[in-house]
Order: sequence, then structure tokens, then C-alpha cells
Amino acid sequence: MKSGTLTSRSLKSRRRFLGTAAAAMAGAMAALTGCGKNEVEAFLQHNFRELSKDELRQVIARLEADARRKYGREIRIGLEPAQQGVIFGYALDLSRCIGCRRCAKACVKENNPSRDPQIEWIRVLQLNKEEGVDVSHADPYYNPEEVPQEGHFYMPVQCHQCRNAPCTKVCPVGATWQEPDGMVVVDYNWCIGCRYCMAACPYGARRFNWGEPAIPAAELNPVTHYLGNRPRPKGVVEKCTFCIQRVRKGLYPACVEICPTGSRKFGNLADPKSEIRYILENKRVFVFKEELNTKPKFFYFYGV
Amino acid sequence: MTMPAVRGAGASLEPHMSNPSPRPLTRLGLGLACGWLLAGLAGLRAQDIQVPPPPFTEGLFPCTSCHDGVNQKVNRQRRELTGMHGDIILKHGPESRWCLDCHDPLNRDRLHLASGEQIEFTVSYELCGQCHGEKLRDWRAGVHGKRTGSWSGQKQYLLCVNCHNPHVPHFQALKPAAAPTRPEAIRKGGAL
Repeated sequence: MKSGTLTSRSLKSRRRFLGTAAAAMAGAMAALTGCGKNEVEAFLQHNFRELSKDELRQVIARLEADARRKYGREIRIGLEPAQQGVIFGYALDLSRCIGCRRCAKACVKENNPSRDPQIEWIRVLQLNKEEGVDVSHADPYYNPEEVPQEGHFYMPVQCHQCRNAPCTKVCPVGATWQEPDGMVVVDYNWCIGCRYCMAACPYGARRFNWGEPAIPAAELNPVTHYLGNRPRPKGVVEKCTFCIQRVRKGLYPACVEICPTGSRKFGNLADPKSEIRYILENKRVFVFKEELNTKPKFFYFYGV
Repeated sequence: MTMPAVRGAGASLEPHMSNPSPRPLTRLGLGLACGWLLAGLAGLRAQDIQVPPPPFTEGLFPCTSCHDGVNQKVNRQRRELTGMHGDIILKHGPESRWCLDCHDPLNRDRLHLASGEQIEFTVSYELCGQCHGEKLRDWRAGVHGKRTGSWSGQKQYLLCVNCHNPHVPHFQALKPAAAPTRPEAIRKGGAL
């Protein structure tokens, strides 16, 4: 974070110098390239963390207009900041999950990922009880009449919001970072689509927009956050943010709200009275691929 | 010495207990602990926790509209129900368990605890917690069962019976939602 601030400061002074030129350049570029004014503005937009309040206002207005044009609907792109004294944590009860995939579908409804080509942030793995947590035996495509199936257990995997996140380290442009409340987020307008982060993530939690995202207008969730579920362009990486647009307003993530078995638990790791802390202190807890030292804030536990 | 920790577990809704690790209890200590626990449970009412109404079968409640003790006398004989309620299959613990172990014979609109104390259907978790004490403890801590609402503020709880049919408590199997598309089935370039 510190080096990010320094870079931001030096960039800011450079941008002050370029600032006045940019507006004129946008006009000239629009004329020369045949691109629309919006495309040029999007091209010249800076990293989210370097935008001033004024610039943010313009960017939000432009993105909301883009969505209006594409989907014919009004959306709101929020900028709710991280709350003081909050570090989000998640725990999932492996002894209760029955693999019904309601979480994966509720996530799609909430977070506006592309329906075609299909993107789902949560992947539910069917594992063999005899093998235990061994992903070489995992099947995400199981489709029986009813779950749970005899001899199996289920392990949903999504972004672990690692404290020591490999994905943010490899990003060559600083388009993905960890917020003060622990969420690992992506600036879709700064991402260049190199997919290094996807290669670095040991949990397979990141998704790439190979095609222009297609979402039926009626299914678009109009309540969004800049760093979360706002509509994404083609060619960028996206991922679970624990529903940043919900949790920063105090709500539970959509996957927690939908889970019919109550396997999903969420709360503030910094609050000793939270459900999540009770679980960490009283239950058998493990983190996935602990040996990689990614230090996830997503925990698996056995509630029985 | 053991009492404060147990009192906290029983009387308070605080999810975090000061000392959650079990301690060896003397027989006397255990007796006292149970007393405190029961007192605590009795003190926990629906207004303390946001819970939805119990899932009654439509048109059946209040039970006293039939079981009024006048036209329909109490029959304490253990028997298989053939007429009314014949659809209820009891698959919950020992074979010897039956209706009036939980439903109060004198006031059918209520349940009763092992002690004989009558309780409302809205606090049926007190009844469940008599055997499933550790589940009740986790439920009150927000760890067993589903919570909705706000992680930082008001939460809605579900009663035990909203997820577990008390007569057949094992969580019912569900049809899974559609499996994700296999990568090879995703078209190159996607839809435009």
C-alpha cells in the first residue's frame, strides 16, 4: 500500500502537468481515431486509486451512461469506502454444505457476470469422503437428481481474499489490490487483460471476460459498486468481492443470504464478538492450501 | 467457580463466551450448571431474537379448535394415528417417542419441556435444546443455522423447525442448480 501511495503522489504531479493537455487531446484523438468521446475518455482514465473526487464523478457519470446505452436501464455505481475497524472474513461449514449450488446462482443474480459466455465466481466441488480435501478428485460438474450424494461432500470455492495475495503481486499495472477492509478488488478500467493474476491464484477464483459480456437487461442488478458488480467490459478479469456493494452497507453477501443449510458465515474479523470470531476460536478450522502461505480470509470449518 | 462461564452461555445472547473450552465439572457443579442453563433458556424469548413464525400446516393451528379437552378428550395411549395426522411420520430418535412427549396434552396450542413447563411454539428451540444443547449454543452464537439481514446490525434467525421438520429432522435432499458450463462448451468469442 505504501509504495502505491508514493507512486500515486508522483503520478499526480505528472498528471497535473498533463492535465490541461488531456482534455484537448481527447478532442483531437476523437477526431483522429474515429472513436467516440466516451471511448477516448475511458482510454485516458487513470487508475481508480489516483482519481480525484471530480474525476471520479465524471467517470461514474460516464460509466452509468454507458450502462444506460447498453442495457436501457438506470444503474447506480457506488463508491462506498471501507469502514474503519472492519476486516471481512468468511467461514464455510463443510459438515453442512450439501452442494445445491444455490450460492453460485445467487452470486450471478447479484454480481452481474456475463451469462453468455458463462461466468460464475463460485465453484462448488464435489469431493470424495474417502479421499478428503483432495482436489485431484474434485468434480465441479456433478449433476444428480438430488444432493448430497452418498459418499461425497461438497466444497464451494471462491475468492479467498488472501492477506498475502499472489494475484495482486503479479499484476504488472496495479489494476488489482487489497482494500483496507481486506477485499481484493479489480479496477476493470485499468486491467489490461494479461491474466497473470489468474495464473497466480491457487484457488482458480478469477474469471476472464473472453467475450463481450451478455446479460439480459431485465436481469441486470442496478445497485452496483465501482470495485464490484458494475457491468464489465470485454477483456478484463473479475472475481468475488464478498459482494462489496452489499457488505460495505452492512448487509450479508448474497451467497450467505441464500444458503439453505446455513453453511456460510460472514462477519468482521476485527470484532471479537462476531460470529466469524466465534467459529475461529471454537470450531475445527482450516484454510485451503495453507502450505502456500496465501493467508486467506476465507476459512473452512466443521460445525458438528 | 464454574458458574460464571455457564451463566454466560445460558443467559446471554452474546455470541462470544468468555471461556468456551469445556471444564471438568463436579456432579454438584453440573447440577448447578444445568439449573443456570435452564434459567437462561427460559429467559430467552422471541423478542430477543428475530425469528419468523413457526411453520404450521395451513388450517391446523390453533390445535385447540379440535383438541379442546371437551369434545376431543385427551387420549394418552401410545398408538399409531390412523385418521387425522396419519400423514405424520415420526423419524426422530427412539421408537418410544411420540406426540405428547413434546406437545402439551392439556393445552395443545403449546409445547412442553421435560420439566412439564409449557412453552409457546415460537420458542420451540428451548424444547429442541434439551437434547441438542450444543446445537442450541451454536445457534445462539449465530453459527448453527442461517442468519440473514446485517452482519453488523439486526439479524433474522430461523427457528430449528424452519429447516428441520421436527417429526423428520434430517435435512432434506435438494435438487442441485445447473452445473457450470464446461470450458469446451463455451463458444470462442462468446455472444456479441
